[in-house]
Amino acid sequence: MMDLLIRGGTVVDPAAGRAYESDVLIKDGRVAAVEKKITARGARVLDAAGKLVTPGLIDMHVHLREPGQEHKETVASGTCAAVRGGFTAVAAMPNTDPAADRPEVIRYVLERAREAGRARVYPVGALTVGSRGKELTEMGALREAGAAAFSDDGRPVAGAHVMRRALEYARMLGVPVISHCEDLSLAAGVMHEGLVSTMLGLKGTPAAAEDVAVARDLILAEMTGGRLHVAHVSTAGAVRLVREAKARGVRVTAEATPHHFTLTDRAVAGFDTNAKVNPPLRADADVAAVREGLADGTIDVIATDHAPHAAHEKEVEFDLAPFGLVGLETAVGLVFTELVAGGVLDVVTAVAKLSTNPARVLGLSRTIEPGAVADLTVIDPEAVWTVNRAELVSKSKNTPFHGFKLKGLPCATIVGGEVHLAARS
Amino acid sequence: MAVRHLLGLADMPAAAINEFLENALPMKQIISRDIKKVPTLRGKTVITLFYEPSTRTRMSFELAAKYLSADTVNVSASASSTSKGESLADTARTVAALGADLVVLRHPCAGAPHLLARLVEVPVVNAGDGMHEHPTQALLDLFTLRERRPDLEGLKLVIIGDILHSRVARSNIWCLPRFGVDVHVAAPPTLVPAGLAALGVTVHDRPEDALPGAGAVMVLRLQRERQQEGLIPDVREYARLYALNSERLALARPDAYVMHPGPMNRGIEIAPDVADGACALITDQVTNGVAVRMAVLYLLMLGRGE
Repeated sequence: MMDLLIRGGTVVDPAAGRAYESDVLIKDGRVAAVEKKITARGARVLDAAGKLVTPGLIDMHVHLREPGQEHKETVASGTCAAVRGGFTAVAAMPNTDPAADRPEVIRYVLERAREAGRARVYPVGALTVGSRGKELTEMGALREAGAAAFSDDGRPVAGAHVMRRALEYARMLGVPVISHCEDLSLAAGVMHEGLVSTMLGLKGTPAAAEDVAVARDLILAEMTGGRLHVAHVSTAGAVRLVREAKARGVRVTAEATPHHFTLTDRAVAGFDTNAKVNPPLRADADVAAVREGLADGTIDVIATDHAPHAAHEKEVEFDLAPFGLVGLETAVGLVFTELVAGGVLDVVTAVAKLSTNPARVLGLSRTIEPGAVADLTVIDPEAVWTVNRAELVSKSKNTPFHGFKLKGLPCATIVGGEVHLAARS
Repeated sequence: MAVRHLLGLADMPAAAINEFLENALPMKQIISRDIKKVPTLRGKTVITLFYEPSTRTRMSFELAAKYLSADTVNVSASASSTSKGESLADTARTVAALGADLVVLRHPCAGAPHLLARLVEVPVVNAGDGMHEHPTQALLDLFTLRERRPDLEGLKLVIIGDILHSRVARSNIWCLPRFGVDVHVAAPPTLVPAGLAALGVTVHDRPEDALPGAGAVMVLRLQRERQQEGLIPDVREYARLYALNSERLALARPDAYVMHPGPMNRGIEIAPDVADGACALITDQVTNGVAVRMAVLYLLMLGRGE
């Protein structure tokens, strides 16, 4: 592999809590030097003047749909979308068909990721067999096969007893339980319950459906000492509960999605099924609370919950459409536009929530120093672009952000020293 | 007519609502004649797509089309290919390819007419979509009220019943306040949708609190499923607390109009003597429904650009 010199960029290093101008030299897939001026004869040069050089971004909440729903996405197409979105790694949720509840499925996903040779894939193992919420999976065997965490994402664990045992058991393996917090008995709706659902005549799911489940899981995490990661926080109540639990010392981390810090339930007006997502897009006060939670550190991670669905599956009555939207290719633009330019986060903190923080949750490392694996992302924070669903490389185009004008664009995604994304115009 | 479809009244300009109602007047004259047929829509085809059982709305649309000499084709969900799994989108494309000039859609899912309207070139009329809207019902309610009282400014109207699931209530809540009507609702808290008061409606728990001073009372049908869904303890208790009977009606103004979109559960949400009383406009509503739908079909098919 040819040496790579990233020249003239601003290195953003959340581990050191600072950003500084520096060249970065990559040799044999690892960072060889980080110095103000590097001369490297024969190296391929990547001009990063005016750009940010960040630890490789990680999206810890992605649905790659393989095996079983390859018409929506595959490991190959999903990891292409990941690198186009600046992500060097993704955590793949286990609600595939079959579910990732046995080591063969984990190994299969890893094998497909190796073949694709794009972003790294960290499979998440199912928490219960078939994600049915009854018996725990063989977490030890799944962990050995490569599962980085455990979750029944998309099918919330209904029984408090099962969640208790899962948190206890996962503690022994040192991995987090990622909880999709939703009380199904309260969550009969297709969008957020509020004025907009009333106006549209759509069944609503109240914020309480999330709050109740978050409260339960926090209590169980506190009781068991297990590590809880709350997925896709969307309500003011959930932010408050996580904040209070952290203050008490509960081992909890939390993530929020770009759509939940950008859009409100008003995006559903006109019955746009691309805005049908679970948890649903919430009210103004919830969006404000999620932003506040990001700013004060209650919410550690930004993850997309990338959930591809085929066009014909979304071109149906709103009630019948599946939940989910694609997020890998718009996340960086939304973070820089809404949070950085919007004054919610400084660049270093924003990058931390996309790289070092998810790495910490998953037990990975993300540093920019000699010897580190060269997983890096180069971002042009000033590039202005317009989201066009036709240009998405994900197999599915179900984005509610079509036509959004964003500022901030990944221009190189480097995985193990290999550059996967050429600059876009 | 500036609008292409009739999907709902939420964003229908008041001028368009007035245009529908003005055109319903001559239509009402037509249907009161001995020979109720004019050639206005001869050679035009109206397809009614009903994905939900309905007798009165469907008959009303079909007669409206026939009185104007349009050809009608009625498709009901059981007879259509939906049972074979065809999507609404594909049905829409088929309907367009068959050469319909206008499609009337009744569907259990809110927003289904909006999906249809995005996929076909011809006008779409919403004949009721889930809990969302039933615009022709609200137009006929407005027409019926204005027949009796041309200036509705200051009229207090109370809607009693299952507001949560009612598309009729929603369309009326969008429409009536624009004509000066002061809309109140009375319903068990379990049957009131979130944020309703933000739409300019006064919400009461009990009819006794809502009725004093009312010049019109609109009673909604109670679906028995609400009991299984745990939204009301049982139908009998609902009737005890919410039925419009003569004692409750006496709280309203003596000349208060009584309306019901039908079909009625006599003895549940409305007492028989009230339904048949001197102030009841319920049969007027049915007749006016045909006239209003004639106006809608006429304006959407022929009235464009006039």
